[in-house]
Amino acid sequence: MRSVPPVHPEFMLEPIFDQIGSGREAIGLGRRREAGLDTRHGTVLSLEGISVSFDGFKALNDLNLYIGVGELRCIIGPNGAGKTTMMDVITGKTRPDSGTAYFGDTLDLTRMSECQIAQAGIGRKFQKPTVFEALTVFENLELALKADKSVWASLVARLSGEQRQRIEEVLATLRLLPLAQRQAGLLSHGQKQFLEIGMLLVQEPRLLLLDEPVAGMTDAETEFTAELFRSLAGHHSLMVVEHDMGFVGSIADHVTVLHQGSVLAQGSLAQVQEDERVVEVYLGR
Amino acid sequence: MNQPLIVTATRKAGTRVSMAVGAVVVLVLLALPLLSLLPDGHALQVSAYTLTLVGKILCYAIVALALDLVWGYAGLLSLGHGLFFALGGYAMGMYLMRQAAGDGLPGFMTFLSWSELPWYWAGTQHFAWALCLVVLAPGLLALVFGFFAFRSRIKGVYFSIMTQALTFAGMLLFFRNETGFGGNNGFTNFRTILGFDITAQGTRAALFLLTVGLLLGSLFLCWRLTQSKFGRLLTAVRDAENRLMFCGYDPRGFKLLVWVLSAVLCGLAGALYVPQVGIINPSEMSPTNSIEAAVWVALGGRGTLIGPLLGAGLVNGMKSWFTVAFPEFWLFFLGALFILVTLYLPKGVVGLVKKRSQP
Repeated sequence: MRSVPPVHPEFMLEPIFDQIGSGREAIGLGRRREAGLDTRHGTVLSLEGISVSFDGFKALNDLNLYIGVGELRCIIGPNGAGKTTMMDVITGKTRPDSGTAYFGDTLDLTRMSECQIAQAGIGRKFQKPTVFEALTVFENLELALKADKSVWASLVARLSGEQRQRIEEVLATLRLLPLAQRQAGLLSHGQKQFLEIGMLLVQEPRLLLLDEPVAGMTDAETEFTAELFRSLAGHHSLMVVEHDMGFVGSIADHVTVLHQGSVLAQGSLAQVQEDERVVEVYLGR
Repeated sequence: MNQPLIVTATRKAGTRVSMAVGAVVVLVLLALPLLSLLPDGHALQVSAYTLTLVGKILCYAIVALALDLVWGYAGLLSLGHGLFFALGGYAMGMYLMRQAAGDGLPGFMTFLSWSELPWYWAGTQHFAWALCLVVLAPGLLALVFGFFAFRSRIKGVYFSIMTQALTFAGMLLFFRNETGFGGNNGFTNFRTILGFDITAQGTRAALFLLTVGLLLGSLFLCWRLTQSKFGRLLTAVRDAENRLMFCGYDPRGFKLLVWVLSAVLCGLAGALYVPQVGIINPSEMSPTNSIEAAVWVALGGRGTLIGPLLGAGLVNGMKSWFTVAFPEFWLFFLGALFILVTLYLPKGVVGLVKKRSQP
């Protein structure tokens, strides 16, 4: 599995030993694009002063949020707090009325299209599991796999042994290997959730946005997902929107509470749960 | 353990049977033009009428295949494919009219007392340029229309309505005498093609063979496309376009390529249709023609390559019988057929056959 070691902002001059790019750098070719996301300040995502309104309704209101490299952040908040709108802004589906959104230090997300953002390294799982139902599980991952995604490349594309191995590796991790040739539309809800997570993984994103990933999963599956996410953190940055507090407690380093389109509280789950404003928002007065 | 073996065995037998049927059909199609060359009165002689009828249906089958590529695979229901077909036909017709007119102007222009050819007729006396036009006219129109439609993310029923409006607009434009394409009479009275007499049996047989060749060629091309990663991406566009965008693909390029390819195939089919049938007029662009093409595809089976060919053959075969036997009832029958297929055969005839072979 390709891995990019996290960059430590405190040791900016520390040489980066990365297996794929170092040789190129040594002979002056510069680093490969895979490792090229500029995260010298230690943040993979910075949202500053984001506001979005739909017909006068303020879905996001001067939102400020930073995700660190390799961090696993959970976002919670009552319905209508702006969680999904925030994901739409990050993935380019919705343009903010004001504010800035940067991926790494240099990529301005407000000027990029959905597919450019995905290619730059942000993967998104939808609230409702969305897979290509007419294709097999294996083919779903084949399409998602990190590769040249232009029209011409797709006309002549053939899977290399390495790519096939990578897909099988992810299938094995997600316990979907026996179902590889099954049509994705025939999977159970939980299996579709895992397939969609697998599609994100083979995309090799730097940042994963996961909208309610454990909805409709059994307890065992939820536990397995928590374990999976913890193992992903470090190599990837994750942002998880979830209502299941048990799940949030089992995975998150940091929790952000959104309310009425802006950040209400941040901190560990215990800290957040003690915060009076949070209690008020969740339970009412 | 036994069950999967049996299933694969019947499936293999199924493919073998369908391969055999396909081979027989191709052989018959190749034999038809040769039989038509037999002397008059010979027992096995195929009449010019039959040859033209089958040739016409083969051209329609290419249209059905092209429509299936965009509808069955990429999920773009076009109700305006007749326009691309007619444009290809008109491009070929321009050449045929120039051939028939010799050094003078085509008949309908002298009738309108025009003294010179409009600029867009320039070069149409050359067969090579006419062939370029056959590809360019539908191709460029599809490119421009597709570019704007896909850029604005027009989908579903809105897309279908726009394609239908497009072909309707084309029909109204070509109905006008001032457009310079013969108004509502269109082009007819062709004489020669590349110097050969267009009504001669040899020419007809050659055109028929070309049509069979184009059909097999398009079938092979579509088969290769749908088996490739590109084909899987088309079904992904159809089923979950958002997912595809967040996987890092720009769906516009994929849609545009398949849309233009489909239009060009229709144009080529139209170019072979006109010399065989001997007439092209704006009624080919009428929305009902394009809707009928959608019925062929739905009846045969969307998202399969053989289905649309079957559908085009079945519906047109029935049509030529029906319009002789009960001319008033054909349209009612067609409508009823469409409703029945939609309700009871969502996967078309091919789906029915598949179901039978896998109990």
